[in-house]
Amino acid sequence: MSGTYETKHAETGSAPTPLIEVTGLHKQFASGGRFRRSRRSVHAVDDLAIRIHAGETFALVGESGCGKSTTARLMLSLQQPTSGDIRYKGTPLSMMSEAERRDYRRRVQVVFQDSNSSLNPRKRLGTILTTALTVSGAVADARRAVARAHELMEDVGLSPSASFFDRYPHELSGGQRQRVGIARALAPEPELIIADEPVSALDISVRAQILQLLQRIQRERSVAYLFISHDLSVVRWVAHRVGVMYLGRLVETGPVESVFTRPVHPYTEVLINATPVADPERAQLRHVHVVSGDVPSTTERPSGCPFHPRCPLAVETCRSEVPELLPVGEAHAAACLRATERVEGLRLP
Amino acid sequence: MNGPVRDFWLQFRRNRLGMVGLALVLLLAAVALLAPVLAPVDPFRTSRQALLPPMSPGFLLGSDHLGRDVLSGVIWGSRVSLLVGLAAAATATFIGIVVGAVSGFFGGWVDELVMRVSELFQIIPRFVLALIVVSFFGSGLSNLILVIGILSWPQTARIVRSQFLRHRALPYVDSARVLGMKPLRIMFAEILPNVLAPVIVVASLDIAQAILMEASLGFFGLGDPNLRSWGGMLNTAQGFVQRAWWMSVFPGIGISLAVLGFNLLGDGINEATDPRLREG
Repeated sequence: MSGTYETKHAETGSAPTPLIEVTGLHKQFASGGRFRRSRRSVHAVDDLAIRIHAGETFALVGESGCGKSTTARLMLSLQQPTSGDIRYKGTPLSMMSEAERRDYRRRVQVVFQDSNSSLNPRKRLGTILTTALTVSGAVADARRAVARAHELMEDVGLSPSASFFDRYPHELSGGQRQRVGIARALAPEPELIIADEPVSALDISVRAQILQLLQRIQRERSVAYLFISHDLSVVRWVAHRVGVMYLGRLVETGPVESVFTRPVHPYTEVLINATPVADPERAQLRHVHVVSGDVPSTTERPSGCPFHPRCPLAVETCRSEVPELLPVGEAHAAACLRATERVEGLRLP
Repeated sequence: MNGPVRDFWLQFRRNRLGMVGLALVLLLAAVALLAPVLAPVDPFRTSRQALLPPMSPGFLLGSDHLGRDVLSGVIWGSRVSLLVGLAAAATATFIGIVVGAVSGFFGGWVDELVMRVSELFQIIPRFVLALIVVSFFGSGLSNLILVIGILSWPQTARIVRSQFLRHRALPYVDSARVLGMKPLRIMFAEILPNVLAPVIVVASLDIAQAILMEASLGFFGLGDPNLRSWGGMLNTAQGFVQRAWWMSVFPGIGISLAVLGFNLLGDGINEATDPRLREG
């Protein structure tokens, strides 16, 4: 699927208006006591900028607690950003009329990690889907909704749909439930589906099937994905572009091939090296950096580069200076003070 | 019967005490519904045969100081108890669900306020307040129901609130929001069906409490004067405890069995719906 997306954009030349453009996004949570003195703030998302084009898959990766899911919730309007802008086809959310906002909500849907709690245990699958169709305004009358729900079930591989329509979520396997979750996300005819760890809770054998389903849906409906994952092997397979998050900040972003073969930020490299490789000969070729220590908490963000306490390449300036996200290659950017040295180092044979 | 309800019944059936409770409640309901057929005579009909002991001809459970039939009184009294119990618990459950749902779903200062008010209701001695209110506004049946109902909502509200707090963070609720569902519909069509089990448990304990409170008010002479109720019968029996024990014992048994029935039923439902209490 990578091929179709890239050729499409090669033909149009200059990049069109992105489907979603996020700029300067911040989200702070107050934490601690009820009294002002004991309050501290958690900077879950810090100056985030991402673009997602129609029909592409943008993957957001990083350790748990790095702000991936908060980003998703902000984009789904489940939470309001502290500051920053989310533009949908060029129009900022803050400037939208009530009707435009409703349309935005409908066009951006979500698939959750836990297929169990993402479906209402008291509702039959048919009801879940017909409700999604009517509530979102995709289908006006109830009879059309039933027919459409059957189509959606067939589309996601719950076939024959009649045998699933009256079942309850607990009667299905994890993979089947995730298919229902995907069908529900497709019901309002979205342009972007935010998939928050959609396969992390599934068995390995089921994972591939769900990923293939997501890819087929993208081919058929040219829907874009914001694919949130901590599993880089999955990301490498499904994504066109990738963004690496660390403590609420984007530290590296670029096309998947480029980021995976020539990682510039040491954190990206650490993440890639942490992915198990099946082939022992390839595994030996890797020069392994191992990070020491845990992810610092977002309440006590380190000064300077947030990664410096764990970084194997940190130098004195990393303690004081906050690196900006700067271009390091074609459509490839990294937020590392030593990026230039690194890029030059990588060019050497 | 659909899936969850059938599962529940299969679990509940295995609980012997729960089944005893259910049987007592069904018995009470049958007696109350069939009172005109079951009662031998009009419970208000007086006669010259005062203070007859049980097993006297025409007075199976004896007669009171005005020659009224105790058995007929106990049978008709079940109607008052059941009606007050059900209606007061329904009032309390309704208020509790609405208040608890709003409080748990929206959180923030609404939640703070509601919780403080519910604590206030929980620390006032309920019976004394009911006594004052009823003696002030009169002890008609609807007054009794409202007073008992309004004094009993906090427990339901707190349970509903804690359940809503948990459920509002679950992905299925997020997904309903993302689809554009309105908050009221999310609260009552999506979340509420999932939190009803503990509500039903509390409701059935509320019924038992309401029956007890109505009987206690009746005992203090604050029952509905136009109805024959168990509490009212105990009130008149006060002066005759030594001479005519049957005047107090039989209504007392009625109260005890009714309260016991609803308590056992509530516990049974609780055990059948709470997976932590299930065996095997």
